[in-house]
Amino acid sequence: MRKLLFFLPLAAFLILAVVFYLQIGKDAQYMPSALVGKKVPDFTLVSLQDDFVYMHDDLPNTPYLINFWGTWCPACHIEHPFLIELANAGVPIIGIDYKDEKALAEQWLEQKGNPYQVILMDEMGSFGVDMGVTGAPETFVVDGSGMIVYRHQGVINAENWPEIKGYMK
Amino acid sequence: MIFIKSILLSLMVFFYASASAQEQMAFSSELNKTRYQSLVEELRCPKCQNQNLADSGSGIAVDLRELVHQMIEDGKTDQEVVDYMVARYGSFVLYRPQHSTATFLLWYGPFILLGIGGLAFVAVIMANRKRRGRDS
Repeated sequence: MRKLLFFLPLAAFLILAVVFYLQIGKDAQYMPSALVGKKVPDFTLVSLQDDFVYMHDDLPNTPYLINFWGTWCPACHIEHPFLIELANAGVPIIGIDYKDEKALAEQWLEQKGNPYQVILMDEMGSFGVDMGVTGAPETFVVDGSGMIVYRHQGVINAENWPEIKGYMK
Repeated sequence: MIFIKSILLSLMVFFYASASAQEQMAFSSELNKTRYQSLVEELRCPKCQNQNLADSGSGIAVDLRELVHQMIEDGKTDQEVVDYMVARYGSFVLYRPQHSTATFLLWYGPFILLGIGGLAFVAVIMANRKRRGRDS
């Protein structure tokens, strides 16, 4: 029995080794969203295209994406062509023009095309704060019952889309 | 003279750098200013994870500082400001974790380990004493 005690340090080492090994390769920047499992917060935002005021009730009843973007955001340039692809495949995307200027955003859409069903302007970034956004691009998946089920920080591309798509139901 | 001037200049550089992440803000009372300072030091910047709101120069930190300022001036309590941030960014934004079942080990784990260590220490001492008593 006493002999077994000598193996205690080895046992402790092995347990720690397993714990640390499981952490390897995990994204240290990953931050869970506080919004997952909740409804989209209330908002009153003006549409970029037609100046209409949109509220919570105007959101689609089917699964859709909420995509935060801005012309000031370099990664959004990279993401844009893939969003166009998604839109062509019939994925509804609500765009939030986050902390941007209207004229620049209109110019961007004219040059690069518009993948969004609706684009709402969040010039002060207050809806962004309500959604717990830390920058752009950032994308939320909302399911058919209006619940936020997934949040993706960074660019959506062909590589991570299958996982995100899995949440759209 | 030149020596003193150069020292003053280099000191100015230091003071400039330490004040760069904060905007000029007007507070209605000294108390509000102190509360603001302690809140932005306690809240973590959600974008740049190893800085608090006070130190960070990122866009979201600037916005959140302004929001904290506004909420304090609107008469919100410290707890209301903290709850507002936690509802949006998760308990992640707190540098001092809340006491809950999920953080139980984080808060009390060290004391539990200390207790186990103390018990082991006493057990070993008792065993040694007993053996020594038998040997002599």
